[in-house]
Amino acid sequence: MKQLMLGNKALARGLWEAGVKFVSSYPGTPSTEITEEAVKFDDIYCEWAPNEKVAMESAFGASLAGRRAFCGQKHVGLNVAADPLFTMSYTGVNAGLVVVVADDAGMHSSQNEQDSRHYAIAAKVPMLEPSDSAEALNFAKLAYEISETYDTPVIIKMCTRVAHSQSVVETGERVEVAKAYEKNIAKYVMMPGNAKKRHPIVEERTRKLIEFAETTPINRVEFFTDEIGIITSSTCYQYVKEVFGESASVLKLGMINPLPVELIKNFAARVKKLYVVEELDPIIETHVKTLGLAVEGAELLPRIDEFSQNLIAEKFGKKISAGVQLEDAIPARPPVMCAGCPHRGLFYSLKKRKCIVLGDIGCYTLGAVPPLSTIELTLCMGASIGATHGFNKMLGAASESKTVAVIGDSTFMHSGMTGLANVAYNQSNSTVIILDNSITGMTGHQQNPSTGLNIKGDPAGKIDLESLCRAMGINRVRVVDPYNLAECDAALKEELAAPEPSVIISRRPCALLKTVKHKPPLYVDKDKCIGCKSCMKIGCPAISMKDGKAVVDQTQCVGCGVCSQLCPKKAFSCKL
Amino acid sequence: METKNIIIVGVGGQGSLLASKILGHLLLNEGFDVKVSEVHGMSQRGGSVITYVRFGDKVYSPVVDKGQADFIVSFEILETARWLSYLKDGGQIVTNTQQIDPMPVITGAAEYPSNLVEKIRARGIKIDAMDCLTLARQAGSQKAVNIVLLGRLSHYFDISETSWQNSLKANVPAKFLELNQKAFELGKNFS
Repeated sequence: MKQLMLGNKALARGLWEAGVKFVSSYPGTPSTEITEEAVKFDDIYCEWAPNEKVAMESAFGASLAGRRAFCGQKHVGLNVAADPLFTMSYTGVNAGLVVVVADDAGMHSSQNEQDSRHYAIAAKVPMLEPSDSAEALNFAKLAYEISETYDTPVIIKMCTRVAHSQSVVETGERVEVAKAYEKNIAKYVMMPGNAKKRHPIVEERTRKLIEFAETTPINRVEFFTDEIGIITSSTCYQYVKEVFGESASVLKLGMINPLPVELIKNFAARVKKLYVVEELDPIIETHVKTLGLAVEGAELLPRIDEFSQNLIAEKFGKKISAGVQLEDAIPARPPVMCAGCPHRGLFYSLKKRKCIVLGDIGCYTLGAVPPLSTIELTLCMGASIGATHGFNKMLGAASESKTVAVIGDSTFMHSGMTGLANVAYNQSNSTVIILDNSITGMTGHQQNPSTGLNIKGDPAGKIDLESLCRAMGINRVRVVDPYNLAECDAALKEELAAPEPSVIISRRPCALLKTVKHKPPLYVDKDKCIGCKSCMKIGCPAISMKDGKAVVDQTQCVGCGVCSQLCPKKAFSCKL
Repeated sequence: METKNIIIVGVGGQGSLLASKILGHLLLNEGFDVKVSEVHGMSQRGGSVITYVRFGDKVYSPVVDKGQADFIVSFEILETARWLSYLKDGGQIVTNTQQIDPMPVITGAAEYPSNLVEKIRARGIKIDAMDCLTLARQAGSQKAVNIVLLGRLSHYFDISETSWQNSLKANVPAKFLELNQKAFELGKNFS
């Protein structure tokens, strides 16, 4: 049956049809929905792992046990999981093992724009690159065939426009695959003596995979004319087809590593002008050049941001419409912390105390934007604690009394714990604030090891953050309610002054959680409001000024009451 | 048929994902090739969001570019103005007149531009503007703004009422169906 399906959902369907038994992932936009869809199939065991490295190692273990396994992550997640990936390339697999990496060209929801195709080349593993949902489904199945035939993990590279676009798919049936586990020290114990014997096998495997790449139907020529030939892949293929239709011949690559040689040479020989259209880094282009082929317009396309049909058309000299615009300046609408967000009160307290705030990855990165403008660093998962430690070690008492690390509960479980171990072990007098909103918020509400629930929402093991921090050697651990500004301020004052490391857990569930019961919205008594704008300092999207008085948007306000604690005239009330 | 393009714009959290889901379902059932492209993640947190819906005999790109949209369906009037350049010459706008202040306006760093509907109309652009929030509340929930807009959009499509109703039924929870049907009718029959 034909269905419209999100790329990520289609990929999950492909996993099910391929007989996958095990999925372990850490959420990350734009990869999250693959695992969220896979969990809907009862035949697949699914879990959220604490981080991508653990997810990949767990998936490897499942493959070793003889069951087809999967782990998915965003591009920066593969940085975390790179360690097992590079050596899994040497050991190979037992049952098929497929890894998804979802790139985010255009940085819709990411801290960098890295091109993950480099990983496939560096780790010497095959990489497939679907261009729509139907290919996402079919490539997932093909990836398991390749994995088992060539004894290698296989990476499928998604990107935002394939992962988060719906297109038509046709579904199939599931196959069941089970292999026996056999002890094989020479293959699986990668000490130098064994690894040295595996490396030539990896090189030979690449040679065989190049042969595969020459003939696989997922690398295909669509020949229409000898005037222009374009080599392309992924979503760029769609833009090229949109712009050129049948006025250019296309070599569409579904397998991006290793790249074919003869197929490309033959295609190049049939066209007068050869172009490569690929987003971000010149991976295909560099390969084509090493084959001694002339690529026209190598400097034609940008190396930053995602492409679109207009961009391709314009760069190839075609006319495009710029559309109409009003003369008015249109104010930007950046994302903001939601009304009732528990992070807001804590950030207000940090701003009031003029703290230096080294941040982390999550919704709370929005603490860097006006009017809070509080966060001064966002680097990668877990970096807040490591960076605070180094910062304090260098600047001593002057920074220890005002510098804090802020990190979410899920990010702390992901890679903040090791940073805290360093604080406890090497004793920097650092203050770490865990923003415990009891969920992984930014990626759309996934459970984590500190929530007590598993991926299905069923009861699971629960790591108690207070006990964990104490067990790691932090003596000063306290919990505050971020809706209570006085309590936050007192905790900050005391912990920053304390002569030893401390952890403040700012605990209040995400306001968007369905399980959270909200209070009725607040109203402003116009007679009491003096228009002092004290309530505007917290950047709540539900509060605005109309005719010199504060007004609360009743559709947004959840009655958190942080604004009312700032009002000198007690003008906020809950009118019943 | 040449590919037709719709963009759905609004503020993160207003319900554009459901609107695009219903449209996708509808157009696929009408026999078109369809692509729908969404952005998840950070922009859901109250930022400006855009969803693309494309349909025709064969659709390649999942996105709509400037000067290409046959329709702009907008949840908020500032967003209509922001994405105006995406409208094709002769394209149609269906918009909610609701104003939601963005943070730069809330903090006083920028001003919310006035009389946007009139300014757009003055450019000779076809704009169908209505207070969808009030209509949604009449239907029973302020969250039904998306369905009010779809009801209005249905005016401009040569697709049967039954098909629209089927897609509505297939994509909203049964307990909210009646409410959404009412929202759809209120949008459709608004004058």
